[in-house]
Amino acid sequence: MRHDIGEGRGAGMRDRPSGDAALLLLADSRLPAGGHAHSGGAEEAVRLGTITGPEDLARFLRGRLATAGLVTAALAAAACELAAATADHPAEPYGQADGDGNTPDAGTDADPARPWRRLDAEADARTASPAQREASRVQGRLLIRTARRIWPSAVLDTLAKAVPEGAHHPIALGAAAASAGCDPYQAAMAAAYNSVTGPATAAVRLLGLDPVTVHRLLADLAPALNDAAHAACASLIDDVVPDGAPQNGPAHNGAPQNGAAAKTRGSGWPALPGHTAPALDLLAEGHLNNPMKLFVS
Amino acid sequence: MGAQHDDLHDAADPHGRALRLGIGGPVGSGKTALVAALCRSLGPSMRLGVVTNDIYTTEDAEFLRRAGVLDPERILAVQTGCCPHTAIRDDIAANLDAVETLEERFGPLDLVIVESGGDNLTATFSRGLADRQIFVLDVSGGDKVPRKGGPGVTTADLLVVNKTDLAPLVGADLTVMSRDAAAVRDGRPVLFTSLREDRSAHSVAEWVTSLVNTWKHADDHVHERTTPTTAA
Repeated sequence: MRHDIGEGRGAGMRDRPSGDAALLLLADSRLPAGGHAHSGGAEEAVRLGTITGPEDLARFLRGRLATAGLVTAALAAAACELAAATADHPAEPYGQADGDGNTPDAGTDADPARPWRRLDAEADARTASPAQREASRVQGRLLIRTARRIWPSAVLDTLAKAVPEGAHHPIALGAAAASAGCDPYQAAMAAAYNSVTGPATAAVRLLGLDPVTVHRLLADLAPALNDAAHAACASLIDDVVPDGAPQNGPAHNGAPQNGAAAKTRGSGWPALPGHTAPALDLLAEGHLNNPMKLFVS
Repeated sequence: MGAQHDDLHDAADPHGRALRLGIGGPVGSGKTALVAALCRSLGPSMRLGVVTNDIYTTEDAEFLRRAGVLDPERILAVQTGCCPHTAIRDDIAANLDAVETLEERFGPLDLVIVESGGDNLTATFSRGLADRQIFVLDVSGGDKVPRKGGPGVTTADLLVVNKTDLAPLVGADLTVMSRDAAAVRDGRPVLFTSLREDRSAHSVAEWVTSLVNTWKHADDHVHERTTPTTAA
């Protein structure tokens, strides 16, 4: 049975009321998870002369948010939702659809790592650039390690073991957000926020841009950030209600809820956004060839 | 790098892991030369690893590899995104990851050296990353630097004043530096070196050797007193 928003989220999860403060801590650039050394393609764009000042930066950030930002927000929301559902129903069978779409019988023991590997694979499939995949996994691995010490939970332990080379960053972020007591909308917001603030800070460091000017750019993007988080959650198909359990009303974040209960969790993941930006892929690959690079990615 | 580490134990608990020695100090003071010298001196008798944060990507790592003082595989480079002090102090995740990767690949190790990128006098290592730290100044930075203080000068476990051979050329009075450093360091050790002339950094290597032995000895006491914990 789904808990109503506002009630506890099951073993290992913090209560919902701490979600807002937790979101701030999670999204804070001071979170010591290694993110400060990643520029999201900004360093290479600066090197190529694509970003030279605030106007270029604003366009770069808006484009990044509409593509990588939206995708990571949706993945983070999906991961947060999976984590919360896992905590509520640790023994529930997960969507274990095999290649033919067959699912195991309800009530069979299911490996809790499998849905995480599946969701991680969804992130992999949406990241065309090998360099970006590597950067995403490095950040994801460091975030999981950091989050396990700050918001310890069974879910983070499971994720760490499920993808030992490092889950993709948005997956880690979603799991950490859930462990901290955030809901999927907040996880999506954190991911969208990270997708633009990191590159913006990198541009300030690399170009010496007036930091207030850049922060104004970010403030102007706030409505787009809200929209991205909403869109990310709207793309989730609510399929976590087991057969026979009562339905809740609409979630406060506006995410739609299916009238019909799906039997498999995660069946909606293929429908998550897959927007890509070839320019970001090329920037990521080009960055690797810079012998003087200051940022990891 | 991709090792999965379970670092849930407190960093202050040294059970069975290498001593982590941070080496910091301003640009050009001789940090990399000191790392090379220590590898030369200690390599034969200790199991070593090095993490370097040089600002120019892997240039420091290349220097150490070319100097042939350590198996290149045991030297890892970490980019700091224009913030060398952040990477050793405020957000140590990437450096910690590199240290633990070395321990996982080549462990057990006796000593892992973490060389910071060159920075200013306020940049010091987090205790979560370095168990002990050396701060390296050089005389051509001016003989008033020890008097200026700063956490690196005052609190580092060892202060190294390098390039003593240049003192006459830059008008640096070593006696003044020695006296000023002693005054602000409250008895903590200071060593004067010319790494160009003493490429093995004998006095510093002795200090480090003594440190590593103490570290291991303390570890033995801990093992005697407590129930053994599961290694991470």
